[in-house]
Amino acid sequence: MASMREIKRRKISIQSTQQITKAMKLVATAKLQKAKQEADSARPYFKVTKETVASILAQSSGLHHPLLEERNDGKTLYVVITSNRGLAGGYNGNVVKLVLQQEENPSQAKVAAIGKKGRDLLNRSGFSIYKELHGIMEAPEYGPISELGDEILELFLQQEVDQVHVAYTAFNSSISQEPKLLQILPLGVEGLRTDLLEGKTKQDPTEPMNYDPSPEAVLEMVIPKYVKSVLYGALKESIASEHGARMTAMDSATNNASDMIDDLTLDYNRARQATITQELSEIVGGAEALK
Amino acid sequence: MAENKFQLQVITPEEIFYDESVERVIFRTSTGDVAVLKDHIPLTTSLRSGIITIFSGRNNQYGVIHQGFAEIRPDKVTILTDAAEWPEEIDLERAKKAKEIAEEALKKQGEKPGANITVAKMSLTRALARIEMVEYHNKMVK
Repeated sequence: MASMREIKRRKISIQSTQQITKAMKLVATAKLQKAKQEADSARPYFKVTKETVASILAQSSGLHHPLLEERNDGKTLYVVITSNRGLAGGYNGNVVKLVLQQEENPSQAKVAAIGKKGRDLLNRSGFSIYKELHGIMEAPEYGPISELGDEILELFLQQEVDQVHVAYTAFNSSISQEPKLLQILPLGVEGLRTDLLEGKTKQDPTEPMNYDPSPEAVLEMVIPKYVKSVLYGALKESIASEHGARMTAMDSATNNASDMIDDLTLDYNRARQATITQELSEIVGGAEALK
Repeated sequence: MAENKFQLQVITPEEIFYDESVERVIFRTSTGDVAVLKDHIPLTTSLRSGIITIFSGRNNQYGVIHQGFAEIRPDKVTILTDAAEWPEEIDLERAKKAKEIAEEALKKQGEKPGANITVAKMSLTRALARIEMVEYHNKMVK
């Protein structure tokens, strides 16, 4: 059995770790509330944009648009949204794992990294980092995302990339987050159309609609908006998920620390009792010897 | 009275900016200003930066919206825009300064096409829309 002093030192060290994890959990909980609210308020814009794109595509079949064009040369761009800091359980790892599973040829793929953790992990696996955008995590505003969206659209139109995916973490609830990979370019026409026909969106696809000046012109304008709104929504969801994941991770870390402290307290008391018993028997033994 | 109203929603990426039933709304599309009343034919159209005027009963409200599109249905109008502001939220001095900077940038670049031109033009239209709206608002209040 370890000495009393050693046990005490370990206990103190775990206690201070526990204080840190407890504080981090409280901070994450507070941030989660705000992030959750922001994610909720970003949702309507995304939903309506998606519905509009879907209904234009559903009503006017045979539309041709450069942004709908399917190409298959394996040049893929991943927009990977992770966190800047660790200690969030599997949050970053899960997103990165998804990208690694999807991509067979990392050396050909590009990564636009939002979040330092994702950049580090993917860089190590041989992906080339095309762009980094870490600061946005602190103040998620639409402006920088809109610029990123324009840049991605430009890359796609110039055939620098053939597919664009967003890897992010969907926020189901405070304790449940789900890593997701979503293709944003070329626009999945079939997917959107099925969503609409199966009634996943609330619009009636048969309802007549006029377009001013023309369906193509409206589509031309709406698709970039759709792409940006996906990016923006994914960012908001990911931030909420990050705090949720960190909260859960820190909560279990705090609980584990409590368990360890309990065990160590027991060990410590046992060790103390052993010392006392030993000292007593030594004294008694000494007294016996003097007789 | 209530029969002539329809639902107007103005949605930005950040929030739902406006969501109430109104009698009439005027905004600027890519082909000109339009006023929408109840039972308008279904129409989806793209918007330019400009004033949006909302008539909801007695008091009129003015706002400015920056790009986007509108989806008009007989009983509902949904406007999706990059940003929307009330006159109180606009800093006139800042808008004027932004206008000058943008004009300066356009002059310097000459007619060379490029990303900077687009950015400057965008910020110029935004600034102009803001200035126009604030001046209009001030006139109406007086």
